[in-house]
Amino acid sequence: MIEAGMHWDYVATAYAMSLGLILAVIVWVAFDARRQRLKLAALEARGIRRRSARAETQAGPETGTP
Amino acid sequence: MTSETKSPGFFSRLAHPGQFLVWSRYLVWPLAGLTVILFAIGLYLALVASPADYQMGETVRIMYMHVPNAWLSMMCYGVMAVAAFGTLVWRHPLADVAAKSAAPLGAIFTAIALLTGIVWGIPTWGTGWVWDGRLTSMLLHFLIYLGIIAMWFTFEDQHRAGRIIAVFTLIGVVNLVVIHYSVEWWSTLHQPASVFTAEGPKMPLELLTPLFVNLFAFSFLFATLQVVSMRTEIMRRRVAAMQRQAAMNRGAAPSPEPAR
Repeated sequence: MIEAGMHWDYVATAYAMSLGLILAVIVWVAFDARRQRLKLAALEARGIRRRSARAETQAGPETGTP
Repeated sequence: MTSETKSPGFFSRLAHPGQFLVWSRYLVWPLAGLTVILFAIGLYLALVASPADYQMGETVRIMYMHVPNAWLSMMCYGVMAVAAFGTLVWRHPLADVAAKSAAPLGAIFTAIALLTGIVWGIPTWGTGWVWDGRLTSMLLHFLIYLGIIAMWFTFEDQHRAGRIIAVFTLIGVVNLVVIHYSVEWWSTLHQPASVFTAEGPKMPLELLTPLFVNLFAFSFLFATLQVVSMRTEIMRRRVAAMQRQAAMNRGAAPSPEPAR
């Protein structure tokens, strides 16, 4: 168990920085995913299709671009 | 008349962006769950159950954050290098998606390794930074990540960007070799390798266990974030393609959002 007074402030700083950055990247990745999902859903709701998506519908999922 | 079209193999179908979106959906939550469990165990071992080191004292606990992030920063670059190879040799559409997704994650892992190293160095070495081989090559590694991220934002055509960045990424692999051997080539404050050595780990099991549990925790975190980021990148490119299509349908000059 960690003992107070034995450089615990350095240990706490290192863990706070690490976990802070990790949390920030998790929030950013989740937010970005949600934003793109909503944009895609809005475009699909307007009836817009990619050319390759139309080709996929005709020829199966092996063709097309991302 | 016989068809010349060759049916794609099992792995080609799996790696098709559309198929990737289908099967990777089922990976995200199991990976996230494993990551949470491993972090719970890893943090308990690192902060509560493991002993202090006889030389470093309590600051040894910083190592359980520093070392996994340093390893992950190199592994992330390894993933980008393999993806770069896939982009240049096979022009696989998922390869540059993987490379682009890994870059910011690698930058974050490198930043954590650098920052925790500085915090550990102040009480242990008496300084947070020295311009020696290991620290300088690690800082260069971070700057390479930032350069690659900036390049992804610079090019509007992401397929062209993928090929240019792939070449740059493969050149940057040289720095991985420099980072690895820096502690042997030059005199440095940084300790030499103490886990993966020819004689085996030079560390007791009480310290190795939390180190490896945290390494697995960060590895699963990387896998989770990488899968989600790749899914997002595929969707971003679809959004850009659909916006172009919508602009063409309107008969106006295409003015889509670039797929960045």
